[in-house]
Amino acid sequence: MMQLFTKLARRKKEEIKDEKIFLASQWQLMWWKFKRHKLAMVSMCILAFLYIIVLFCEFIAPYDPWERFEDYKNAPPQLVRFYSKEEGFRGPFVYGMKQEMDMETFRKVFVEDESKKYAVRLFVRGSKYKLWGLFESDLHLFGSKDGPVFLFGTDELGRDLFSRVIYGARISLTIGLVGVFLSFILGTLLGGISGYFGGTIDEVIQRTIDFLVSIPTIPLWMALSAAIPQDWSVIRTYFAITIILSLVGWGGLARVVRGRLLSLREEDFILAARLTGASEWRIITRHMLPSFASHLIASITLSIPGMILGETSLSFIGLGLRPPAISWGVLLQDAQQVIAVAHYPWRLIPAFFIIVTVLSFNFLGDGLRDAADPYSR
Amino acid sequence: MAGYVIRRFLSLIPLLFILSIVVFIIIELPPGDFLTVYIEQLKSSGVLISEEEIARLVKQYALDKPLHIRYITWIKNIILHGDFGRSFRWNRPVVELIKERVALSAVISLFSIVFVWIIGVSIGIYSAVKQYSMFDYIFTFIGFIGVSIPGFLLALLIIWFAYTKFDIYISGLFSQQFVDAPWSLAKVLDMLKRIWVPVIIIAVSGIAGNIRTMRANLLDELRKQYVTVARAKGLSETRLLIKYPIRIAVNPMISTIGWTLPAIFSGESLASIILNLPTIGPLLMQALLAQDMYLAGSLILIMGALTLVGTLISDILLAWADPRIRYGNTGGK
Repeated sequence: MMQLFTKLARRKKEEIKDEKIFLASQWQLMWWKFKRHKLAMVSMCILAFLYIIVLFCEFIAPYDPWERFEDYKNAPPQLVRFYSKEEGFRGPFVYGMKQEMDMETFRKVFVEDESKKYAVRLFVRGSKYKLWGLFESDLHLFGSKDGPVFLFGTDELGRDLFSRVIYGARISLTIGLVGVFLSFILGTLLGGISGYFGGTIDEVIQRTIDFLVSIPTIPLWMALSAAIPQDWSVIRTYFAITIILSLVGWGGLARVVRGRLLSLREEDFILAARLTGASEWRIITRHMLPSFASHLIASITLSIPGMILGETSLSFIGLGLRPPAISWGVLLQDAQQVIAVAHYPWRLIPAFFIIVTVLSFNFLGDGLRDAADPYSR
Repeated sequence: MAGYVIRRFLSLIPLLFILSIVVFIIIELPPGDFLTVYIEQLKSSGVLISEEEIARLVKQYALDKPLHIRYITWIKNIILHGDFGRSFRWNRPVVELIKERVALSAVISLFSIVFVWIIGVSIGIYSAVKQYSMFDYIFTFIGFIGVSIPGFLLALLIIWFAYTKFDIYISGLFSQQFVDAPWSLAKVLDMLKRIWVPVIIIAVSGIAGNIRTMRANLLDELRKQYVTVARAKGLSETRLLIKYPIRIAVNPMISTIGWTLPAIFSGESLASIILNLPTIGPLLMQALLAQDMYLAGSLILIMGALTLVGTLISDILLAWADPRIRYGNTGGK
């Protein structure tokens, strides 16, 4: 008897679940499916975190990224500690640093000076900045009043690498988004025109794409960015690079859009909509667009990492952004010499951020692509 | 089949034409023409250039003429005389510079392409057949990492790791004593000893890509009914795999095989720069940094042309390997 009840209850539950599936909108179905892709969820959180940093980078970075600490050139990262030998537990702090001569290599190296303890506090007042160019403030997420704190060490000129990585995120992470946005507009527009009108226009656009795809990407990027005048301002170079990146990238998107439009035109539900007298505009916006928007979003997400890597590689070899601009690629320029990296391994920290970002975008895109088709499997 | 090949050949001509125009625009893009840059350079290094020499160069490259004439002169020199212009940074003809490096580029790329194909495809097949096994998870993970880390970063990390942990400095293709030595058996042996590291570094992302595509394609095929039918009829598992699903799964990769042609020519550009390899890639980068546009333009022109030819070869290969394409059915559902 009891068994029968549980069985019935279970069936009831399943029915409710089924009903929910029948009633759910496509986006809801996608969300449910997406949630099952654990890696994609984690990646989404990581990326959200990174973009929050981008939004508030002036606040999160403890120092101005161009500020030079003359006494701390090539200083190693400091460890934030909670326990000290004498006092046991105390609030977070770092040891100060002093320079010593390494008797074996005769290089000056920094060692921890355990007599000096700098307490690390949240919400410390420091250098002045203007958040989003609007709000003037000098409040920073963390810092120390007693002495400098370098979480990732400093570079050759004594600039705080942590602040520079945070500021670099702003350029490196947005360049992909802006570039993808540009190629998205170009791609959907031209792909849409190509798929909708067909005929000669279609042929011309398709051949153009064939041609664009056939040119090797990296040399083309290199060639175009070599033409950017050296004396352009940071902002202008930034936009020039984004445009270069998206010029090459729109072709793939246009193909996706066109292919989808062509196959959707033949679908039964479009025919049904047409038969019930829906206008062309309504068919496109209400029926066609939602059914391939998900695929678009997935392929867009998957093309972002390529752009981020494009900017990074270009800047790394000196053809992209140049100092004083700060991007992860620019920061990695300091790591070109292996000998230097061997002495100052913290110069590779930006590489870690690049890899995490690119991996996250790839996982996220994979998850979205699987979720984009909620009825599969 | 013959008609198809001829049609594809003819479509190559306009594409090559457009390519040459794009490259010409790239050459002309940097502000100021290269001759002024060249003269500046000579002056700063203390060499005086005679008026006649300048006049001769102006005439040879038609620098006093309007744009379209310049283009025609440039392309005519290339097609008729094989003259790609002069590199002003090296003060030598472009052709010579390319000849010097093309053989090594080809050797490195060929090695890595063989790696990419043999390792990538076989691991891909293994992963698909033994889906969700431990090795499948490991290889999938490696695949993801390999695709996500760009070649130059991987090169950097490996060099750094080898240097700090094993005290080995990976750089260049030759030991110190062989760098400027003429070719000899000893030099070749020395190169063969050192070539593996760059080859593997360059091959990693390609291997990763191939594992991923091969695995995904083969999995799609293995789910199809004809596989079940073949199995039901008692075909042995290996025979069944090789005879049908692998042949189909490898198709999308054949369509990109043409892209290896420019890769053979240039070598992986960015990784080569880090690894300090004497290939075409670093040459292109140096040319671009110094705005040595004839050299850079020629390199891009050759790479582009090779890509176009490569795509053509892939298409023909694909048509040969897949009867569905050969008979004009372009995948219509």
